[in-house]
Amino acid sequence: DLSTVDVILISNYHCMMALPYITEHTGFSGTVYATEPTVQIGRLLMEELVNFIERVPKAQSASLWKNKDIQRLLPSPLKDAVEVSTWRRCYTMQEVNSALSKIQLVGYSQKIELFGAVQVTPLSSGYALGSSNWIIQSHYEKVSYVSGSSLLTTHPQPMDQASLKNSDVLVLTGLTQIPTANPDGMVGEFCSNLALTVRNGGNVLVPCYPSGVIYDLLECLYQYIDSAGLSSVPLYFISPVANSSLEFSQIFAEWLCHNKQSKVYLPEPPFPHAELIQTNKLKHYPSIHGDFSNDFRQPCVVFTGHPSLRFGDVVHFMELWGKSSLNTVIFTEPDFSYLEALAPYQPLAMKCIYCPIDTRLNFIQVSKLLKEVQPLHVVCPEQYTQPPPAQSHRTDLVIDCQPPATSYRRAEVLTLPFKRRYERIEIMPELADSLVPMEIKPGISLATVSAVLHTKDNKHVLQPPPRPAQPTSGKKRKRVSDDVPDCKVLKPLLSGSIPVEQFVQTLEKHGFSDIKVEDTAKGHIVLLQEAETLIQIEEDSTHIICDNDEMLRVRLRDLVLKFLQKF
Amino acid sequence: VCGASVGSGAGQDVGRSCILVSIAGKNVMLDCGMHMGFSDDRRFPDFSYITQSGRLTDFLDCVIISHFHLDHCGALPYFSEMVGYDGPIYMTHPTQAICPILLEDYRKIAVDKKGEANFFTSQMIKDCMKKVVAVHLHQTVQVDDELEIKAYYAGHVLGAAMFQIKVGSESVVYTGDYNMTPDRHLGAAWIDKCRPNLLITESTYATTIRDSKRCRERDFLKKVHETVERGGKVLIPVFALGRAQELCILLETFWERMNLKVPIYFSTGLTEKANHYYKLFITWTNQKIRKTFVQRNMFEFKHIKAFDRAFADNPGPMVVFATPGMLHAGQSLQIFRKWAGNEKNMVIMPGYCVQGTVGHKILSGQRKLEMEGRQVLEVKMQVEYMSFSAHADAKGIMQLVGQAEPDSVLLVHGEAKKMEFLKQKIEQEFRVNCYMPANGETVVLPTSPSIPGGISLGLLKREMAQGLLPEAKKPRLLHGTLIMKDSNFRLVSSEQALKELGLAEHQLRFTCRVHLHDTRKEQETAMRVYSHLKSILKDHCVQHLPDGSVTVESILIQAAAPSEDPATKVLLVSWTYQDEELGSYLTSLLKKGLPQAPS
Repeated sequence: DLSTVDVILISNYHCMMALPYITEHTGFSGTVYATEPTVQIGRLLMEELVNFIERVPKAQSASLWKNKDIQRLLPSPLKDAVEVSTWRRCYTMQEVNSALSKIQLVGYSQKIELFGAVQVTPLSSGYALGSSNWIIQSHYEKVSYVSGSSLLTTHPQPMDQASLKNSDVLVLTGLTQIPTANPDGMVGEFCSNLALTVRNGGNVLVPCYPSGVIYDLLECLYQYIDSAGLSSVPLYFISPVANSSLEFSQIFAEWLCHNKQSKVYLPEPPFPHAELIQTNKLKHYPSIHGDFSNDFRQPCVVFTGHPSLRFGDVVHFMELWGKSSLNTVIFTEPDFSYLEALAPYQPLAMKCIYCPIDTRLNFIQVSKLLKEVQPLHVVCPEQYTQPPPAQSHRTDLVIDCQPPATSYRRAEVLTLPFKRRYERIEIMPELADSLVPMEIKPGISLATVSAVLHTKDNKHVLQPPPRPAQPTSGKKRKRVSDDVPDCKVLKPLLSGSIPVEQFVQTLEKHGFSDIKVEDTAKGHIVLLQEAETLIQIEEDSTHIICDNDEMLRVRLRDLVLKFLQKF
Repeated sequence: VCGASVGSGAGQDVGRSCILVSIAGKNVMLDCGMHMGFSDDRRFPDFSYITQSGRLTDFLDCVIISHFHLDHCGALPYFSEMVGYDGPIYMTHPTQAICPILLEDYRKIAVDKKGEANFFTSQMIKDCMKKVVAVHLHQTVQVDDELEIKAYYAGHVLGAAMFQIKVGSESVVYTGDYNMTPDRHLGAAWIDKCRPNLLITESTYATTIRDSKRCRERDFLKKVHETVERGGKVLIPVFALGRAQELCILLETFWERMNLKVPIYFSTGLTEKANHYYKLFITWTNQKIRKTFVQRNMFEFKHIKAFDRAFADNPGPMVVFATPGMLHAGQSLQIFRKWAGNEKNMVIMPGYCVQGTVGHKILSGQRKLEMEGRQVLEVKMQVEYMSFSAHADAKGIMQLVGQAEPDSVLLVHGEAKKMEFLKQKIEQEFRVNCYMPANGETVVLPTSPSIPGGISLGLLKREMAQGLLPEAKKPRLLHGTLIMKDSNFRLVSSEQALKELGLAEHQLRFTCRVHLHDTRKEQETAMRVYSHLKSILKDHCVQHLPDGSVTVESILIQAAAPSEDPATKVLLVSWTYQDEELGSYLTSLLKKGLPQAPS
């Protein structure tokens, strides 16, 4: 029930594509927190998606197939799809705007108080512009949520590892989809395949998202094309948000790696694609219609979406170039299986190269990270605790940590393995002044506290007890029950033991005579024969048995208390 | 205790800002400005105020720079490289980017043009900037384990920030210069209700309630337009970054709308670079510019072109933005000298001018200026002052005080007389103490921070559960034991404290004999005691147990018959030290005897 959710923390712009479904239709009324680049680029991704979908309106939509009996008979992957009944139409731009307007912008290392009970803090995760890991902590417990992090040096600010230390629980997710591929090697392969194709007069198609890895690819090409003698080959970036994406990338200096930041200080644009645009090597268009059809020259390199090859301008290029073996399609986005993506276009003559570039953590980096950060417990999705189904012999492709990670499954509720013991409290200075500490052991002092506890917005404050009320002047009401003492005025606990001999001496000093001491199994009995009083003294208890003589009782009590410590 | 000493320059004066704050044992220097009206020792703050002996690095925990104006950062290289400071210097990213450029610019004017000696070098500026740590807005920067700082948006100029300095539960907010109304390129300052012990605010426009921005803009455009219409030249002395961009946006849109052809120039090479900074740090500008920057970048001007020295002698009307803003040196002063003699021309001073500058002289009505070499310059051109400088006015300052809710306010960066007015207003409206120290004066504020500790969840839950009971309207007392180990304070129940320290509880119990005259059997006596107590102690749990004894809460009462006298019964009342009050009350109650049983 999403209306019971108070807060949504967003890790990066890829992790927020479903946000309008939650904020617009579920009764959710909490707060969403995200960084500014996450929101701006997330908006671009959603805008592109909405635009692509709205370009090809469906006259009618079929829903009968969602019936389980029919779905069973359908070809794969439809027959294996789960929970098809919950599938929804794509949201509209209006819903996107409404959803995004509910997000509170936050910056890295900003401490955000939630209901006075916990503090959340986004930290740089190194994966994308504005991508964050989150710390959720109280004064005594700390949970880190690590999702989509990278230790590689690309354009975003490096991952903040130090702040993850001392976590009670670390929730780890968003690891690389392709644990066996090395992103650097893939970039090299990307460039060489691209060069080979173009030299042979072919075109290169790169299905991609409009933000993220494309910035790094353009930067590589910027350095590569001149040395490869390809500077005359046009690069086209086609997306309804191509221009915005390129512009936005240049204004988030504070969220970039150090190198790029220092460029801004010069002042120069942090990404070299500004220069590619200025020198007309890179051109961007909202779609293949309009200006693009006039400017289009071959051979060329086209970056366009959607990486699933199911919608967007990429579909046109697949159909245009698919029949020639001169052309190449290079898959760089790891989110979709390229074989499945290509299936409807078969048979294809064009070359297909698979260079997935996923900079997120691989298992070696994870174990390095966990060694560094040393959380008490690790919690992760089930699939990270066993090798991928396709490579079941690769037992190294699992999260390896001590104690073993606790795993969770879809729709499973997990109780995190830690016990809360303390909460923060503030002691008012007036109260603190009145405390009398005594040293019990070297370095450890105790003070008994009687105070008024005030709790507001989950903050606890201890205030000095109110002064005893002045006896009300005027007529004194006489009612027995008024005199009944308030048993809430609690006495401290006692500790220690009473040395009999010294106790007897003290009694004598205070005027008691005729004292007799008897030994018992556990201690002693002190008899004050004159007062008809009996005091049983044992290691951990003292029992005073006397007549109903309050004066006497109080005198004896005070003498006993002299030997004991109060708590 | 937190003390703010207006170390060396920010007091009742708009010149060099430099404030030393000592808070809970931490020393933080706020801004490191220089005075542009002086060209001798008085130019830089006197850092011997901070510490007479010893190194600044040992004494200061950090330095914070609020924004790139030279009256806030101009002495930084002198301070860090010539006096010597190696600790961290915090500022925002745009400030870090722009600050060294302005410093270098200023150095060139001072050394190369005026030939001043004993000034910092280019290398010193670079070395100084290496000590800078950039901060994000709202990022909590942990300077050390105890000291943390946080930046808030301040408007004023690109990258200007207010800073919260916090140690434990004590905090100070320093505003630097700020602006509470959004202008054509920047947003308004904002701070949350952080309730600092002290708010140190600038008070440049302490008494001014400025008329609406639109009127001032219209006035400005009208004056510029009239002057160029009659063939005059308009000189607008500005600083390269800040007001200049706002006025450029204003003129650019006006020129476009009126289809004017009169040239507008912007002096010095810094211009284009300056505009570039605005483009790259567009996230620091106001919402409107940020929203539209993809379609149209407001900092790409069509009508405004780079100025060449030779243009100053061109005939015909023109508008020139020239640096620096107070006419104390450089290109603006050169152009001013050329144009001052012609009454058709106009100079518009869009910002505040410090004493001693040409700008200040002509604004105060002086028309004969003594220049270097005993030359006298007669000013015939029109002199206009327009307050475009983006400081908060009195209303804005009050607004910020209302936002932050400080315990006390300290006014700096203003003129004594005006500050006095504002001080009274703040004390009246917010009922907080307001201080306005002079240069070199120290203000000491005693604080009484509460002490943070932990409370065991068991104790807390027990208390909370009892707090929910209906009779818990009156304040209830919580009892526990505070365990102090090093500087770690934990409040636990007394039982837990004993357990943790490996101590056994010592139980102290009392049993009192109460003699009653009662001929009935013990059981009946007990029954009577029970009904008697039940009727009186309505708020207590009184029980009659099957073995014949009576309990009131944890107090046990048993009736016995001493063999010697059948008419007397003895009640044994037994309680622990913790129940003493109730126990002793019961004995005295029972001593009075039991009411006659209704027969």
